[in-house]
Amino acid sequence: MTVLASKPEPGAAPPPVEVESRRAAAARKWVWTAIIIAVWVVLWRIFHGDATLTLGQRDHTPLHQDLTGFRDSVLASRDTNPFVSLTYSIGERLTSFADWLSRMISTKDFPRPYPQIGWLGVVAIATWIGYAVANLRIAVLVLVSFLAFGAFGYWEDSIDLLIVTMLAVLIAVLIGLPLAVYYGTGGKVGVGILTTLMDIAQTMPTFVYLGPIVLFFGIGTSAGVVCTLVYALPPIIRIAGHGLRRVSPTTIEATDSSGQTSWQRLTKVQLPMARATIVVGLNQTIMAALSMATLAAFVASPGLGKPVLRALQSNDVGGATVPGLLIVLMAIMLDRTTTAASLRAEKASRGGHDPKWRRIILAVTAVVALALVYVSRTYSWAAGYDNFLAQLKSSAGIDLTSLGRNTANLVDDVFNWISSTFDGITEAIKNIISYGLLNPLQDLLSESPWFVTGLAIVAMASLLGSIRGFVSAVVGCALLWYFDLWHDAMITLNMVLVATLLVMILALVFGVWMARSRTVDFILRPLLDAGQTIPPFVYLIPVLALFDATRFTAIIAATVYAAPVAIKLVADGISGVSATTLEASRSTGATTWQEITKVQLPMAKSSLVLATNQGLLYVLSMVVIGGMVGAGALGYDAVLGFARSEEWGKGAAAGITIVVLGVMIDRICRAAAADPNDQSSRLQLEWVKARARFQGSRSTV
Amino acid sequence: MTTTTTQPAAGSTASDGDAGLTVKNLWKIFGRDADKIIGTPDADLSRAELKEKTGCVVGVKDVSFDVAPGEVFVVMGLSGSGKSTLVRCLTRLIEPTAGQVVIAGQDIVSASEAQLRDVRRSQVSMVFQHFGLLPHRQVIDNVAYGLEIRGVAKKDRRAKASEIVELVGLKGYERSYPDQLSGGMQQRVGLARALAGDPSMLLFDEPFSALDPLIRRDMQNEVIRLHHELGKTMVFITHDLAEALKLGDRIMILRDGAIIQVGRPDEVVGAPADEYVRDFVSDVPRSHVLTLKWVMRDPRPEDSMEGPTMPADTIVRKAAQAVLASAHPVRVIEDGKVVGIVDDEEILRVVVAEEDHQEVPA
Amino acid sequence: MRTNWKRATQLVSASAVALLALSACGGGDIASETQQNEQNAGSDGDCGDVNMALNPWVGYTADAYVFGAVAADKYGCNMVYKDLKEDVSWQGFGTGDVDIVIEDWGHPDLEDKFFAEKGDGSATNVGDLGATGIIGWFVPPWLAEAHPDILDYKNLNKYAKDFATSESGGQGQFLGADPSYVQFDEAIVKNLGLDFKVVFSGSEAASISAFQKAEENKEFLIGYFYEPQWLFADVDLQRVALPPYTDGCQDDPAKVACDYPETPLQKVASTKWLDSGSPAVDLLKKFNFTNDDQNTVAKYIEEDKMSPEDAAAKWVADNADKVASWTS
Repeated sequence: MTVLASKPEPGAAPPPVEVESRRAAAARKWVWTAIIIAVWVVLWRIFHGDATLTLGQRDHTPLHQDLTGFRDSVLASRDTNPFVSLTYSIGERLTSFADWLSRMISTKDFPRPYPQIGWLGVVAIATWIGYAVANLRIAVLVLVSFLAFGAFGYWEDSIDLLIVTMLAVLIAVLIGLPLAVYYGTGGKVGVGILTTLMDIAQTMPTFVYLGPIVLFFGIGTSAGVVCTLVYALPPIIRIAGHGLRRVSPTTIEATDSSGQTSWQRLTKVQLPMARATIVVGLNQTIMAALSMATLAAFVASPGLGKPVLRALQSNDVGGATVPGLLIVLMAIMLDRTTTAASLRAEKASRGGHDPKWRRIILAVTAVVALALVYVSRTYSWAAGYDNFLAQLKSSAGIDLTSLGRNTANLVDDVFNWISSTFDGITEAIKNIISYGLLNPLQDLLSESPWFVTGLAIVAMASLLGSIRGFVSAVVGCALLWYFDLWHDAMITLNMVLVATLLVMILALVFGVWMARSRTVDFILRPLLDAGQTIPPFVYLIPVLALFDATRFTAIIAATVYAAPVAIKLVADGISGVSATTLEASRSTGATTWQEITKVQLPMAKSSLVLATNQGLLYVLSMVVIGGMVGAGALGYDAVLGFARSEEWGKGAAAGITIVVLGVMIDRICRAAAADPNDQSSRLQLEWVKARARFQGSRSTV
Repeated sequence: MTTTTTQPAAGSTASDGDAGLTVKNLWKIFGRDADKIIGTPDADLSRAELKEKTGCVVGVKDVSFDVAPGEVFVVMGLSGSGKSTLVRCLTRLIEPTAGQVVIAGQDIVSASEAQLRDVRRSQVSMVFQHFGLLPHRQVIDNVAYGLEIRGVAKKDRRAKASEIVELVGLKGYERSYPDQLSGGMQQRVGLARALAGDPSMLLFDEPFSALDPLIRRDMQNEVIRLHHELGKTMVFITHDLAEALKLGDRIMILRDGAIIQVGRPDEVVGAPADEYVRDFVSDVPRSHVLTLKWVMRDPRPEDSMEGPTMPADTIVRKAAQAVLASAHPVRVIEDGKVVGIVDDEEILRVVVAEEDHQEVPA
Repeated sequence: MRTNWKRATQLVSASAVALLALSACGGGDIASETQQNEQNAGSDGDCGDVNMALNPWVGYTADAYVFGAVAADKYGCNMVYKDLKEDVSWQGFGTGDVDIVIEDWGHPDLEDKFFAEKGDGSATNVGDLGATGIIGWFVPPWLAEAHPDILDYKNLNKYAKDFATSESGGQGQFLGADPSYVQFDEAIVKNLGLDFKVVFSGSEAASISAFQKAEENKEFLIGYFYEPQWLFADVDLQRVALPPYTDGCQDDPAKVACDYPETPLQKVASTKWLDSGSPAVDLLKKFNFTNDDQNTVAKYIEEDKMSPEDAAAKWVADNADKVASWTS
């Protein structure tokens, strides 16, 4: 048969010319990069210190004053402005509902000295729910977790954290699902806008919106729930929307051809088929909510974040670690439970009916749980966990009353040993990197005239990402300039770049190692998971003690925070390299080193690009925390704005500048990665997945 | 091909009376401002030229045909020939750019959403290459889907669905989920789903090309059986010529979105409209398709006229035994008259040519 | 599954109603505790919830919990503590989220906004707390001992090189503080012609950690610090003398060239709450807490790792006479 299409026959030799030109293009890129940097350095030498747009730590510009003025006018109008009244009344309702819940199950319902349902009742109900929605293993996990919350002395804080998290998740689902449907089925323009909004919500450091949210919703639980909501909303929209989009077009076509309406298509085809993905979205939303609810302690939202923050104020490493680990435990509990629950639901939807014995157990245990609720309403040992521990000590001789404090002391001892033992080494590392890399690069970025640095950024962005890179860089730089914090932005950019470099070094070393050894993977993966869930405040003090209040401390904190994601991405990317290719390379007698550098890393290129991008964004989200440990620049400006009334505008500008930096870098990376040589569709998919993970696991700032 | 027989007129039309489906000047052009191209000289450009010039791609190019009620009409072509686009345009799963599609007297292209839904629900059903089943529903509920969205009560639609399930030979699998079935069985579900609404017309979009050859053969026979039992009008898309020849009352060959040839199977094989079609049919076992009409010759004076008679539309393969056994040439009868004769030589020419068709000049 | 759920919910709701009805009738030891609390609350006017802001330093925690312990004990108040930065706390006066800021170090900008004189009047000054805040430049004790002359600002330039770090770009490093504190260090450095660069620690934790480490490793460090602060029990920082404070020498932030004033710490409360007739209002007015009192309680919390509640209870038990003078 004559083939009429113009595609070349499979197996035909590719045109050699094209290969040449690709290689030449790559070489040309490098030459041009070198030229740009050379010109930049020359200009920097000539104009050093001119037009750097430096702004003193406590100086502000009219723009910043205007922003502060805006805040003042909102504050002044909070009794008269209908919008502000509305947000306040929403806030009040949220708070009173959360308070009610909290009086039911966590805190004393005055004049009753205990909550309506004591700890025993809550544990019983939670365990029963764990069994009902999942299985016995989950029930045991829930039981152990809840007992641990109490045993370590954080019963009330833990339950409060759960209340805030779940309240936010509930609202996130109510708002998020309809938006997800739109995101998954809507038109190009609307979805584009939604995507941009979510990108911003995701890049924006929490501190930046904590302030405004307090302004509109008041202090405490209401602000906590709203911040958590803002942060937890994108994962469910993105992932559920992605699931809806991915529903097989054949099935949609087939059912369309039966004459269904679009509502029928949504409810009978798209939603059921995307169900598993929607549950993943829910899971990620819960994780995001948990991490954010912890952080909301900054605006007096109740929860485990409170003791962590308090410990931070008194440099109490152990005191921060224990509640920090309980947060990790809670995250594991929620994650495993939702995952197992979705499996069970999947089975149920496939007609897997519960066996009779399970129904009987459920009914019996429900009665037992209710009996325990009754007990917990009647006897003080079952109502207050402290009483229970005291009772345990006096009647059974088991002393758990100071379990939390003892654990904290143990952590303190270990930490003190580490910091005294390694002090000299850490000092040396800090100095080498600061003097060798950090200072020169910072000088180049921030002490060149602003337009020189700006042009250099634009030139390199265009080189890497052609027209899209150019546009992103021009818009980004213009906005940075507009918000009057150019100099600080460059210092922050420098730290972000160095931190990302460190993250990628770690990611390459550990990622390759994990991909090549199952044992290493098995050991490291849970540690990385925990590292992603634990609030950064917990390890801030140890890092501070090792590296002083410097930019380097901020960089280390950001690296610790960003490395787990990057390592996992690299490991997964390299594991994904086809075994056949690897086998082929081995058959040619390649050494391990050749195998890694010539086969695994080049073939995992898209994952490496992705890991770099995600590493960058994670690092950026730690900028504000960096401001609290001596990094200065934008982070300090943001903290300043949050802390001091008259600096609100400058803080807001710093926050916006951070967002601009983040979105700009992200867009340039994406433009650069949208290289036609890559399998771009696969990369796109990974991008969506990684964003989902980013959303979910970031226990942010 | 060296036959020198007279050729029946190519492009025979459907039998008279109300056509089950009439397509008139149907166009589908993908791309921006596609509707502005039709009627301009650009419309006459080849697909590649048009793409070069406007960036638009022609999917279906000025296609017109009729399908008679109860007919099996096969549309065939290579991938990219526009056949899948064409069948989707028939119920506007893809919105046509211009033209008319008339089903049961109603123009589908100008129908309202509600009218269109009604057509899809009650008159035309479709079977898809990749089945398009709902993985979260049992077989019975997949089959009943069309009824469900029409609002048929659960009990009634399940009763109807289980009838159909039995009809397609899936009895006992009602409670299974699609992923528990083999490909062939899944396509039976697809078939059952299409039949459940009792439509007057079935559209098949390469329904069996994802199946392995043995199963494909079973399924083709299934379709023949169902057609025999139910007598529905069918439009069948395939890229497999053997399938087309086996199932089709008539075959339409598309290339780059345009019609190359429409005709009965023997017409397509016996009188290919151009090189493209000739290439297509060159592999076909001609003796299985051609009728005596295509191989007979005019009687010569020396021929004996005492041989047995056979109708002109007898397939060569079926006639071969009798012709070779007969001492006299077989007389070919059409409309009660002898229109030609067939001797051993004519039969052997077809059969031998087949055995080393590579040497047959194209 | 569905019938199962249905049955389960029926069972649960039926049993719940029965059990709640049972437990409402009392019995057990909780009922008696509740009655006890009700009587307490009833004895001295209705106090209800008191929202106490908890600003982020231990000394503040000490004041707040001692006040809370007395208020709960004597007037049956239900204390609600809210961890908030100063700025946010003040915003809460108007909304009813915050009733008391018990230790205020002076915030002219906030006073302008929320005191009746210039602002919306949602906050009112309740008077001196009794403690005095001292802000200044401090060095670790070993440094003061090794180089006594360092305690005079005039000699600082001599040591500038020793104070240099990777962050200070060749100059000496001066460690600035948590941004929320009152500070003029950049101006002071500039106006006194000191060869130093202010590097901001960014948080109290970072500053404390830096001073602890400097003392332990005998490193040069100078920075912003303040009393009362629990750290002094651990590391007795020495104050560097700057040109003495005179009235008005800090009025223009750009021209400051003098030391920080000693600040009498203030009690501030929500005007609405002050007018509410809560019995704790009177307690707040009489509440008097000195630097020593505060350091004692802060030490209980920091050094002895007691919970704030326990630390406050211990102090109240040890200082019955003072407590009596507040409640008389």
